[in-house]
Amino acid sequence: MKQFKNRHPYMFIGPAVLLLSLFSLIPIAIAFVISFTNMDLKGLADWSSITFIGFENYKDLFSDSTFIKSIYNTLFYVVIGVPLVIICSLSIALLLNYGTSWIFNTFRAVYYMPSITNIIAVAVIWGYLYNTEYGLFNFLLSFLSVENVPWLEEPTIAKISLILLAVWKGIGINMIIFLAALQGIPKSYYEAAEIDGASRLQVLFNVTLPLLRYATFFVTVTTLIGWMQFFEEPFVMTDGGPLDGTISIALFIYKEGFQFSQFGYAAAGSFILFAMIIVVTVIQFKFRKSDTEY
Amino acid sequence: MAAATKKSKLEKSIVIFIMVVGGILVSIPFIWMISSSFKPESEVLAIPPTIIPDNPTIENYIQLFTNMNFAVYLRNTLIIVLFSFLGLLFNAMAGYGFAKYDFRGREKIFYIVLATMMIPGQVTMIPVYLLLNYMGLTNTMTGIVLPGLAVAFSIFLFRQFMTTIPDDLIEAARLDGAGEFYIFFRLVVPIAKPIFAVQGILTFIAGWNSFLWPLIIANDESLYTLSVGLSLLQGQYANNFALQMAGAAFMVVPIIIIFAFFQKYIVEGFTMSGLK
Repeated sequence: MKQFKNRHPYMFIGPAVLLLSLFSLIPIAIAFVISFTNMDLKGLADWSSITFIGFENYKDLFSDSTFIKSIYNTLFYVVIGVPLVIICSLSIALLLNYGTSWIFNTFRAVYYMPSITNIIAVAVIWGYLYNTEYGLFNFLLSFLSVENVPWLEEPTIAKISLILLAVWKGIGINMIIFLAALQGIPKSYYEAAEIDGASRLQVLFNVTLPLLRYATFFVTVTTLIGWMQFFEEPFVMTDGGPLDGTISIALFIYKEGFQFSQFGYAAAGSFILFAMIIVVTVIQFKFRKSDTEY
Repeated sequence: MAAATKKSKLEKSIVIFIMVVGGILVSIPFIWMISSSFKPESEVLAIPPTIIPDNPTIENYIQLFTNMNFAVYLRNTLIIVLFSFLGLLFNAMAGYGFAKYDFRGREKIFYIVLATMMIPGQVTMIPVYLLLNYMGLTNTMTGIVLPGLAVAFSIFLFRQFMTTIPDDLIEAARLDGAGEFYIFFRLVVPIAKPIFAVQGILTFIAGWNSFLWPLIIANDESLYTLSVGLSLLQGQYANNFALQMAGAAFMVVPIIIIFAFFQKYIVEGFTMSGLK
């Protein structure tokens, strides 16, 4: 009987754990190994043509101007995009938390909508909005007598255009997390603040924001990891151009791997990205203040 | 907020005003998409642009299915969605296993499952491609579907929810002689309906939106998903924005409809899962 019972937990977790191992854990090991090889399309057909080249790929990467550019661009995306997403989603959450009538519920859905819609569709739509000649944005700006903005045709402006789109899409999910946290703050804190005669701004900065510390931390970590893997927006809208001005590390890895079939080289790039993500995450955990208990 | 008494009418009006203006700004891309998708090709490039089409037409939508293979893409996408629900069942089972059984290595295996959440997709995408190539599964539906079946985050949410189901209930069913799988499907699944609702919607959305993996694995157009087809459309008909907008609308509108019906559950689910 005991023997019989012991089998069951493994039958329940088996399928999922097996799939995760096969497509998540083992690949990590494989990626690590091939990052030290010169594996390419030839190696795919004939394994004997693969040779170990040690740290060659890693060395090459750091003298590859496109890769350096992709690191610079990714940092640009992260440094501007992450704070923007957090500030916007927090502000909207505070607005939505103000009331409970149907209008607040409706607009909660409106703000959430971009985050669930298909990224390719979104990129196609924004590509049209950004079109220099026929786009809505330039048409609207022409009323303010702003000259045609080359939204996607000038490297720096193109990066900012992609960030705008990604912020628009990234607000929803983070806003929901902030909203959930806001609703979890006990009412007694606000009552106490009110008795003490605190102003609305004082309540915001001395009660609400400190109590949102954990949610903010969670949102920051996940948003940062997400932005370091920035991919679809540059992939669909600019394909990394103009002049590699929007290429991100993730897009670089994809191009090396699946357009040029340089599997070993791309795997090495992916490990550098992985290392960067781990370093940033660890730093954040170090800086994190003790959990708020309430 | 308990400070409600302090809220003046004016303040509330200002908040609602800001919220509505922001909401309209956020909705512009959607409004523009819908409006443009009903315009004939000439009108979509007209300056000044029209918000409501002068000569509304559904020609663009028809063209998606006649000139482009959107029917095939739709079928593939629906197959992926269907299989992702099988994955959802696996994730629920795993969540239940981790929540309600005491077995050797439980903690360790669970932490390993959580650790896979940290791995960026870009690291695994090349080796998974090589693995599938080795198994002869590239350019097959199996190869597209298989790697996405198990999702660590989903297992985690299911486990969180299922730990709240009382042990006594399961024990009582066992004493009545119910088998373990009978207990799971007849007792646990009905109790866990709310979390299934949330995960079901998220799974549908993820499956419907799947892009990168089908793009990598599928060489034949007959295996493309709607997302891949749409990005293809953008390349081929770069200046036919009306057609592109119809394609985008075809992808976005179903999600918005489903979301409109179920948004309450998604928001509640996030609150419920203790993700705050």
